[in-house]
Formats: sequence, C-alpha cells, structure tokens
Amino acid sequence: MSAPARTRASRADARETAAPALHRSTDSAWATLRRGLALSPEFTRGLPVTVALAVAATFGKVVVPLAVQQIIDNGLLAEGGPDIGFVVGAVALCAALVALTALCSYVMNTRLYRSTESGLATLRRKAFRHVHDLSVLTQNSERKGALVSRVTSDVDQISTFMQWGGILLIVSTGQVAIATTLMAVYSWQLTLLVWVCFTPLLFGVRQLQKLLSRAYLKVRERTGEMLGVVGETVVGAAVIRAHGTEERTARRVDATVVATRAAQVRAQRLSMAISPLAELVSAFTYAVVIVAGVALGVAGSLTAGQLVAFLFLINLFIMPMTMATEIFNEAQNAIAGWRRVLGVLDTVPDIADPGPDGKHLPRGPVTIRFDHVGYAYPGGPRVLDDIDVDIAPGRRVAVVGETGSGKTTFVKLLTRLMDPDEGTVLLDGVDLREVAFSSLRSRVVMVPQEGFLFDSTLGDNIRFARPEATDEQIREAVAELGLGDWLAGLPHGLDTPVGQRGESLSAGERQLVALVRAYVADPDLLVLDEATSAVDPATEVRIQRALDRLTRGRTSVAIAHRLSTAEAADEVLVFDRGRIVQRGTHRDLVARPGVYADLHASWVRSSA
Amino acid sequence: MAQGSARPGIDSRILTEGMRVLWVAIRTEPWVFTAALVGALLYAAAAVTSASVLGAVSERVILPAIAEGRTTAAAVAGAAAVVFGVGVLRALGLGARRLYAGLMQFRMQAHYRRAVARKYLQLPLSWHQRHPAGQLLSNANADVEAAWQPLAPLPMAVGSVAMLVIAAVAMLVTDPVLALVGFVVFPALAAANVVFQRRVSPVAARAQALRAQVSEVAHESFDGALVVKTLGREDTETERFARAADRLRDAQIRVGRMRAAFDPLLEALPNLGVLAVLLIGLVRIDLGAATSGEVVQIAYLFTLLSLPVRSFGWLLGDLPRSVVGWRRVRAVLDAEGGTDYGDAVLDGDHGLAVSVRGLSFSYADTYTDRRDDTAPESARGLDAADDGPTARTTVLHDVDLELSPGRVTALVGPTGAGKSTLTMLLARLVDPDSGRVLVDGVDARDYAHGELARAVALVPQHTFIFDDTVRGNVTLGADVDDAAVWQALRLACADSFVAALPQGLDTRLGERGTSLSGGQRQRLALARALVRRPRLLILDDATSAVDPQVEAQILGGLREADLAGATVVVVAYRRATIELADEVVYLEQGTVRDRGTHAELLARSPGYHRLVTAYEQAAAQRSAEAAARSADQEAVR
Repeated sequence: MSAPARTRASRADARETAAPALHRSTDSAWATLRRGLALSPEFTRGLPVTVALAVAATFGKVVVPLAVQQIIDNGLLAEGGPDIGFVVGAVALCAALVALTALCSYVMNTRLYRSTESGLATLRRKAFRHVHDLSVLTQNSERKGALVSRVTSDVDQISTFMQWGGILLIVSTGQVAIATTLMAVYSWQLTLLVWVCFTPLLFGVRQLQKLLSRAYLKVRERTGEMLGVVGETVVGAAVIRAHGTEERTARRVDATVVATRAAQVRAQRLSMAISPLAELVSAFTYAVVIVAGVALGVAGSLTAGQLVAFLFLINLFIMPMTMATEIFNEAQNAIAGWRRVLGVLDTVPDIADPGPDGKHLPRGPVTIRFDHVGYAYPGGPRVLDDIDVDIAPGRRVAVVGETGSGKTTFVKLLTRLMDPDEGTVLLDGVDLREVAFSSLRSRVVMVPQEGFLFDSTLGDNIRFARPEATDEQIREAVAELGLGDWLAGLPHGLDTPVGQRGESLSAGERQLVALVRAYVADPDLLVLDEATSAVDPATEVRIQRALDRLTRGRTSVAIAHRLSTAEAADEVLVFDRGRIVQRGTHRDLVARPGVYADLHASWVRSSA
Repeated sequence: MAQGSARPGIDSRILTEGMRVLWVAIRTEPWVFTAALVGALLYAAAAVTSASVLGAVSERVILPAIAEGRTTAAAVAGAAAVVFGVGVLRALGLGARRLYAGLMQFRMQAHYRRAVARKYLQLPLSWHQRHPAGQLLSNANADVEAAWQPLAPLPMAVGSVAMLVIAAVAMLVTDPVLALVGFVVFPALAAANVVFQRRVSPVAARAQALRAQVSEVAHESFDGALVVKTLGREDTETERFARAADRLRDAQIRVGRMRAAFDPLLEALPNLGVLAVLLIGLVRIDLGAATSGEVVQIAYLFTLLSLPVRSFGWLLGDLPRSVVGWRRVRAVLDAEGGTDYGDAVLDGDHGLAVSVRGLSFSYADTYTDRRDDTAPESARGLDAADDGPTARTTVLHDVDLELSPGRVTALVGPTGAGKSTLTMLLARLVDPDSGRVLVDGVDARDYAHGELARAVALVPQHTFIFDDTVRGNVTLGADVDDAAVWQALRLACADSFVAALPQGLDTRLGERGTSLSGGQRQRLALARALVRRPRLLILDDATSAVDPQVEAQILGGLREADLAGATVVVVAYRRATIELADEVVYLEQGTVRDRGTHAELLARSPGYHRLVTAYEQAAAQRSAEAAARSADQEAVR
C-alpha cells in the first residue's frame, strides 16, 4: 500500500466526522420552554389542580406564623390575663390549618413527581428513538458519550425545575404580586423604595450567574481532564509499567487534580456570593424602610402600626425574591437541557423512510444496479465517481481495493446507510430511496467489520436479528453454518455471557456470532465488511466455513481483506480512486497485469 | 453509579463510622473547618438576633417616633444601622460558611484523588488485573466524591447542634416543664429524619442503580447503532430503552412520594410544637408556674429551630453514601503490594540475553473460563474485586527458554497456551510464582527500579493511547528529539498517517482528541517502543489489526534498522510473521512443546503443523469447491 493512498484515507475519515451535525437551536429561552413543555404532555396534565394545591400550601405557610402571632398577642398577652377560651379555640383551628397545609403540600408534591417523571420518561424515549433514526453520518458526528447525555443527564437537568422550580415560580410570582399590592395599600412610597432596592439585585444576580455558568463549564472541563488522566493510571497500567513512566504520570495527575480544585473553588466563590448578596440587600432594604418610614410617619402620612405591618410584609416579599435567583438558575438549567434534547429532535434524518408509499421488495435473491452513481462526503471531493454496475441475483461478489479507493462508500450506498449525490442505486429495479425501511432492513443485512455484541448471552445476541427465534432454531442455524463444534465447546452454550461489547469472546468469535446473527436474519442480499484483524487459525477456518454457507443462495457483496474471499467469489470488483477499474473472476484478473494483480502479489507475499 | 445499589440505610454502625469519616476530614483540614464553623455560628447568632432586633426597633424607635412624636435623627439612623449591621453579619456568616465548607470538600477530594491515583501507580499489575477498570475509576471519582459529600452540610449541621443545645438550655432555664415539650418534639424530629433516611435510602439507591441502567442501555445501543440500523431493530431497541426509562420513572415517583410525605411532616412538627407550648403554657400560667413572657420566649425558640434541624437531616442523608464511598477508597489505599526492586544495573547497549528457568505462573481464579491471551483484559470485567484467597489457574508450568542476544524468536501456540503471560513475565510486568527470569544473567527482580523499563519494550495487542499529543504518546516524557520520533514512526509505518493529521506530532489523541483506528493505534504503540531503542523488544501480537502487507513492511524494517542488535520476541499467528524469526518456540497448555526453526517444527511437531497449516488447508478446500461450483455454473449455461 502506498503512502498517498493512506493519506487519502485519513482525509476521507476526517471529512466523515465533519458531516451533518446535530441541530443547534437558536430559539429564545421562552420558545424553548414552550416547545419543551409541549414535547411531554404529562408535564402540564392536571396543572391547574396542582397550582391550586400549591397556592393553598403556600397560603398555609404564610398564615400559620401569623396566626401564632395573633394567639400570642390577643390571647396569651391579652390585657387582663390570658384569654383561655380564645387561645384554645385558636390553637385547635391553627392545628387544623397546619394539618391541612401539610396535606395540600403532600398531594401537590406527589402530583408533581408523577407528572414530571412521566414527562421525562417520554422525553427520553422520543430522543432515544430519534438518535437511532438519524443517519450514520450524523450519529458519527458526535461522540457516543455525548449522544448518551442527550437522553440521560441533559434530560435529568430538567427535573429539578419541573419538580420544584416551575411550580414555585408560579406561586412566588403570585406571592410577590400580593405582597406588593398589600404593601402599596399601606404606603406606595415605601413599596416603590423596596422595589428600587431589589431590582439591582435581580440584575446583579443574572450577571453573576453568567459568570457562574462559565465557571461551572471550566469545572466540568477540568474534571473531565482530571478523570481522563486518573483513568490512565488504571487503563494504561501495563503500558505505564512497561515503559517506567510512573513518575511522569503522577505529575500529570497532580497537575490536573490541582487545576480541578482551583476551578471548583473559583466557582464556589461565585456561587456562594449570591445568597449573602440577597441577605445584604434585604438588610439594606429594612434599614432604608425604617428611616424613610419614620420620616413619612413624622410627616403624618403613615401610622406606627402601618409601618410595623409594612415591615412584616417586606418579609413576605423578600422570601420569594431571594428564591427567585435559585429558580432562575434551575430554569436556565432546564432550558439548556431542553435545548440539547431539542437539538436531537430537530435534526432531520437525512436518510429517511419513504413512509406509507414505501415499496416492498419481493423475496428471493436480489438484483443490484448502480446507475451512474457518484458520492462525495459533505464538503469533500468525490470518493465515488460514475459507478455503473449490475450484479445478477445469487452472485457472490468480492469488492477489493486499497484503503480510500471507495469500496466502503460503495457498500454504505448499497445498504442505504447513505444516499448517493448522483445517480441511483436500485435493488430489483426499485430505487433504494423508495423502499420501505421495514422491507429494506429485512431483505438486506450488513455484517460490519467489528461484530458489535450486546452485553447479554450468546443466544440473545444471535436472536437480536429475529427475536422470535427459539433456542432450537438458533442451534440449528449454528449447525447449518458448520459451527456446531464451536458452540459445543463453549462452557454454557447459548447461555454463555459475552461481556460488554462481547469482549469476553475473542475477536474471531465475535465475528462468528455476527455471521450467525446475519444467517438467522435470513436476508436476500448479504453485505459483508470483512474484519482485518488476525485471528487464530482454528477460528479463521470456522469463519471461512461459516461465510461459505452463509452466502449460499443469496446475492452477496463482501469487502474482501482475505485472499480466500476474493478467490471464492463469482466475481471481483476492483476499486481504485473512486472508480471500478477491473471486473471479473479471480482467475481472469490475476492473469492480467493491473491493480488486482498487484494487490494479489502483495497478499501472497504476506500470507504465504 | 451502579455501585450505589450497595447503599445501606442508616444505622448506628453507619452513624459511628460516618462520624469517624467526618473526623478524618476535620483533622486533615482543621483551620478550614473552623472557619466554616465560625461562619455557621455567626449566621445562626445573627439570624436569632435579627428577629428580636426588628422587634426592639419597632418598640423603642418606631412607636415613640411616630405615635408619640419623640425622636432624633440619631436614634433613627442608629436603629437603621443596627438592622443593617445584623444583616451584614448574617451575610458574612453565610458567605464564610459556604465558602469554607466548599473549600474543605474540594481540598479533601483533591487529597484523596491524588492518593488513590498514586496508589494505582504503585500497586503491581497483578493487582490491577484482579480489579475491574470501571470499579477503580469510580473509586477515584464517584467514591471520593461521595465520601466527602457530607462536608457541605457539616458546618451548618454542627452549628445547628450547637444552637439546639443552647436552645435546650435556654428553655430549661426558662421553664423546665415547657422545655419538656421541646424534648418531645426534637427527638421526634430526629426520629422522623432517621425513619425517613432508612425508608428512602433503599428506594433512592434503587433509583440510582436504575439511572445507571438507563445510561448503560443508551450507551450500548448507541455503540451498536450500526447493527441496530442494519438489522432494522430500532423499535425493539426503543422498547428496551423505554422499559429501563419506565422503571426509573416508577422508582423516582416512589422516592418522590416519600419526600412529599416527609417534607410537610418536618415542617408541621415545630408548628405543632409551638401550639402545644401555647396550650400547656396557658395551663402553666393559670397555675401561676410561668409568666406569659416565658411562654412567649419558648414559643419563639421553637420557630427559630425548624430550619437548622433540617440541615442535620441533610447530613444524615449523605452519611450512608459517604461511608460506602469511604470504605471503597480505603480499600484501595490499604491494598498491600508493590513491586520490589534490587540495585543491579544493566550495562552496555547490546541486545539482552534472557534465560527463563523453571518458570511457573498462575492467575487468581477470578474469571470463569478459558483462554489466557485475553485474560488480563477480560478478567477485569468479571472480577469480584475480592482480595480473599481464591483458586488459581496455572497458565505457565515449568517453562525453560533461552533468548540469545540479537536473535528473533517467535512464540507460537493455540489460544490459551500462555504466550501473553510469558511476554509479561519477560518484561517483569508480573513476577513468577516460581522459577526465574534472568536478564543478562541477573534475576529480573534484582534490577533497580527503571532499569528494565529502560531496556525492555513490550508492545501489547491491545494498546493504550494517552490523552496527549502524538509526540507525548510516542516519547512518554522521554527526552527524545522530533527527528528520532519521526524515525520511530517511519519504522512503525505510522509516519504517513501522522503526517496527514491536522497538527502532525502536536495532534491531540485519546478520549477528547482525534481517534485512531485499531491498526493506527498499534503502529503508534510500536513507535513508542522503538523510539526507546530497546535492547529487548517484545511484540505480543502487536500488529494484529494492521494490514498483512503493512505488517510485512514493518517487520522487514525492524531487521534493517539500528535495532539490529536487539533481542526480539514476537507472538505471532500469521505465517509470514513466523517465518521472519530465527527460532520458533511452540507452546501448548503452558509448557514449551518444541523449539527450532519453522521448517524443523513443521516437520517434527504434529501440533505445530496442524496449527500453522489449518488455514491453508481450508483455503485449498475452498478454492477446490469454488472451482467445482464455477464449473457447475458453466455447465448450467
């Protein structure tokens, strides 16, 4: 393989990762909130009742201390000694009120939890499904972990706001409005003063929160780096010891740990400033109101009783105001979470099911036709150029070529993981874009290079292609592929756990499972991307045997890395720089000078 | 983390152990803790005072000023200043408490993360092999975090305990009988807290475990997206995910229902206490045993205390998780073991001579079955993480081997023969149960720290790429210039793909950087070994993911390079690789069955013959079948 060919390949990879990314929302916070709520109808179901309960509970919380105050002032400290009758009656009433408040609060919270959690589950499901509906290019434009966050932590970010902040926002707004009205009844001048004192706080806190979110971002970045380096001490344990780099790694750990702590402390410094600031502003407000109130009183426009009552009402006003900062914080979190979930849902799948008009392919070996097909990855040069080829039903075709020659792209177009820019791919004469997904995915099965397995049993992994298959049928399939001896040699047969990604099995065995899985799916067109990794000879022989039987009676197209696959094919397509440059049987091609003969020569050198 | 499922409820054992954990933190950071505690007490004191200050101001300044027209500007300004001053104290106390509580938490996290990571670096590889990587990572991350989580509410909780004591004393002094009501309500609050923690802990732990499951399902499903898509299983995958999400939802709703019941109860209790004080106080006044003022004072003490008591609840809530986290972190820090070194030095720069004498090695039986070649990796996934005595599986048994300087030896054998283990013993990544590895005539264990690492390079099949630049990944901090790095990359056939990377040698790799294919990673790992000019180079199937053509080019290059003098050991499957060796050692079931040249072994060892020719036979059979088939097809036409 020549160096320029590899260079081309790595550029092609780079382009692929720069492909259609997830949608980035530019909606306003308000629009995001509205759309977010609309996504899960559970959020708003029964909301009026919940709000009514919340109002009742808040009312109780405000009134109970007042009532206690009244009992003390008018009962206990009544002129002429305690008024026993009043106190006993009032205490009984008050106790009932406390119980009622607690009950309202309980019912409200239960309802909130139910609606919130149900709404979040719906949101997760929708986002998860949509990720799978996106094309391979879009899926690969994000790290897998980042996609996972969109259905886990990004969704979790919404929960606090929905369980607590949202309802409190409604109730607090009401409380502030009521407190303002009541205060204004006593003195509009003082009310204005209170608002003047508090408005800067609201703006100041917003600024602070912007700084804070930047600081938290830093914390997350630093923590990520730190965990990465700490992880290296574990995952790279062998390499570190083999090259004796313990000291260097320890220094890297120290540096990232210290950087993380510094970022945390900085964020803490900002976040801890918010509550004391609110305390300061309320203390200042009290002081100002006392001075101004006395002045107004002396001027005769306010009585002493009114001023004392006003001072109490300020408290009613301050409570929700100081809470507002936390509520806004949660609201921002929630909106950020919704934005990222909406980013998934707003990404239109560029490879989509044709819908109800989708055509169904008849059963039986498939005819393939590439009609002047061309393809370029977004923003890149052509990787396939004017591919025009027919493949007769039931043929075994091997696709060969150097890395970057376009063979992988050819296979992706054939399985409709991508759509061509030019020309048409037809199966049995039908444009692939018009074939219903249900039909396409059951007739055409692809075995990717890395046979991904799920962390379950061997049987479950094979059954993944056809969930209704019984153990008996699977065993039969295994036997038909000539793998009975292999299965018998496994300690627990079909119940053998395969581990995460199948890592308890060897690479070769994972390929075997992928082949059986494809066989159970029983497709009419089998597309294979052969693995390049070396496996031990016994497994190699099994893979060959299984491949051989798997391709019988179907059309098959295989990207061949093994000489034997090309040898066994009915026909070989040779790719070079995005075109098919040779076509024929192995025997014909190897006899003629050309790309295939060169490839074959180097193959023979390495494996003979 | 899924490990949260082990989260116990609160009991006296957890309580005492939790207090011990907190004490460790207080002892480690006494000044930071003191600052936070002072802040908490200042806030509490200011909060208590502010209510009475406002009352006093109303009574002494406002009423006289407005109702009776008696005031001075100084009195009003003074009143305002006192109100504001108390507010400033509150703000200061609150700020100090939160700042220092956070500082303490972060400092403790940093101390322990460093300690854990250093321990990981110090413990021998055999220890790592017994512990799943995921578990060790969460020890350094989630467990350290959990252990120090209670430090956030700790100062406030300690402050509130202090306030409780003061309040209790104040009540006792005021009226012992009414104080009794307090002594009923406070324990009731504490009991409610404990009951709540005990009931909610298992449910919350379950929710946490289910949350991890949701994440796992999503991770796995997105990882296998290509398989899901090409087999058209999106619907069933969505169902599987929805089942996990629904289970999480149900668990969360259960947790929510408990919280919903508990929170109002906690809020109602002090209120009911006040009402009780008022009623009983009435009787006391009637009896002449108390004055109205005393009753009112006790009633106030009650209302002031409802919030601090809740902060104690938060502390209790964090405690069980903290104890579990602490135990796990401690288990790492207390782990025994390390590698002992001698003081021998490796002289010269010739290829190393290695002799292996009577070498035996066994793995702790932590993983159920089969094959040693993948044992180090796979064992991690299944290990029960228990360091107790376990059965052991013998992997190598009484192996003798001579590696002459400058010679290339191929290790060949079926899966599970012990090849990988042998390479690890040669590089002294693990030590044998019995027998010796002699390097240049000296027992490998007698060399000083770093001596062998400098002279021996092992390239494993599954390599590891650091979150660092290409240069950093090749040099690993060694003092090597770029020319030497490129030279090593060239030998490993990695130069052209590195040159095509956006920033060349400065391109960042790893988790957050550019990702490489398996073959590219292997070639980089090879360059990493070559740049050190090793005197013993061990390739453990190190080019398995590389195209056969490139592999041939690499191995050919090794012979021509400056490395010509190095001793080389190659674990190989491909025949082309085997044929490059001067000598082949054939291993079967942990023992050396035969050794000699490829041709000699082919002729005299039936096992070896079967192994290396199996693939060729199958290929021959296939082409015969293919020929027959095409003949059929032609006949049909």
